[in-house]
Amino acid sequence: MEEKGTFGVKAGLAQMLKGGVIMDVTTPEQAKIAEEAGACAVMALERVPADIRAAGGIARMADPTIIKQIMEAVTIPVMAKCRIGHFVEAQILESLGIDYIDESEVLTPADDKYHVNKKVFKVPFVCGARNLGEALRRIGEGAAMIRTKGEPGTGNVIEAVRHIRQVNDEIRWVLGLPEDELMSAAKELQAPYELVMEVRKANRMPVVNFAAGGIATPADAALMMQLGCDGIFVGSGVFKSGDPMKRARAIVAATTYYQDAAVLAEVSRDLGEAMVGIDIATIRPEERMQDRGW
Amino acid sequence: MAGKKIGVLALQGAFIEHQQAFERCGAECIQVRSAKEIAEVDGLVIPGGESTTIGRLLREYNLGSVVLGRAAQGLPIWGTCAGMILLAKDIADSDQYRLGLMDIRVKRNAYGRQVDSFEGELDIVGLGPARGVFIRAPYVEAVWNEAKILCTYQDRIVMVEQGPYLATAFHPELTDSLDIHQYFLQM
Repeated sequence: MEEKGTFGVKAGLAQMLKGGVIMDVTTPEQAKIAEEAGACAVMALERVPADIRAAGGIARMADPTIIKQIMEAVTIPVMAKCRIGHFVEAQILESLGIDYIDESEVLTPADDKYHVNKKVFKVPFVCGARNLGEALRRIGEGAAMIRTKGEPGTGNVIEAVRHIRQVNDEIRWVLGLPEDELMSAAKELQAPYELVMEVRKANRMPVVNFAAGGIATPADAALMMQLGCDGIFVGSGVFKSGDPMKRARAIVAATTYYQDAAVLAEVSRDLGEAMVGIDIATIRPEERMQDRGW
Repeated sequence: MAGKKIGVLALQGAFIEHQQAFERCGAECIQVRSAKEIAEVDGLVIPGGESTTIGRLLREYNLGSVVLGRAAQGLPIWGTCAGMILLAKDIADSDQYRLGLMDIRVKRNAYGRQVDSFEGELDIVGLGPARGVFIRAPYVEAVWNEAKILCTYQDRIVMVEQGPYLATAFHPELTDSLDIHQYFLQM
């Protein structure tokens, strides 16, 4: 029997994206540059996170016209963001034929309590997480891929590093516990018990886990890969830099050759201006995107 | 064959899944990213992923010519999904980089976008029933010369063998069955 929208094909697409770089783009021209540079997918947006942060106000799903134009410009998968809890934006993105939906804290949340019930969609979802419990709650809601939240639009990798280290630490803790302590562990993590058991079985996060939020250089990408991420999202880092094509190619190479310092040194040369970074301490608590999500 | 060392091209995509499947078969399997590693193996798998990304890295790091050099010596090569696209001589509506080792014409994203990705039951020549996982999958529009069709699904060609080369539009590495991995080990 033929089945569409199974968890197997949802999580399977994320598996095909591994070892690759997913780049934020705002125009068909940028999408083509990203594809030519070797991106394994693009994220179609109206504004990159750095501009969303600068603009303030309410950030929403992108105009379907822009999304459609980007879908027509490239042959690689195209993702788009909906607001946390905004299941109608998700329905619209699914009807456009988007390949993956990012229920994203980069946009202004539409619901202060509940995320989208992702199980009822045929299109797969990726969600951000700062720790294992948050990741497993999103998977429990149907997410087929996880990414660190980091702090988007900052060009500062420290928060993404904090989040993957936290996840790794909690996975090691879960793997080391005797079986009779796992229910309490699930309670402490605020995670579904069955998914804690899945972590034990898989010896890792039960779905693909990418890095996102603040990655601006090839070295940042390789750092996240060496810390155990399966691939890289680059938001503002490419198209807010001086030479997007060159930087995009360098980040793609760094994600493949993340263990080879000689290659990393080579691709890090003469990249031009990186995006301007922001010190996390200067961001007011209410402007921290990573705290959005429940 | 006992003692065969398989390499999975690890530039981008689902290479770990293939490696784990070969290890479950009891075969030695390494990830390959360099000319030196490609020279060491007795069989090569080009995994699923994005064919434009893998193709770009093959060209940029001069690995495509290394693979072609090994192919000329008879190295068995199996491509799944993106790997099938890279093995094809002809890619419909595309001038993207390819190795061009098999006499097949493939159509990319042939079933549509991700919402059209599916799982279905296959019947493979010589192997019998198998679960086919198709993710933004290609299919083969035409074969010529010695390219031999091993499986069709709803009248579309999804598995082809030609001499030392094997191509599948679907992902055996995402299922529990090791049949096709074992089949490749015998090639």
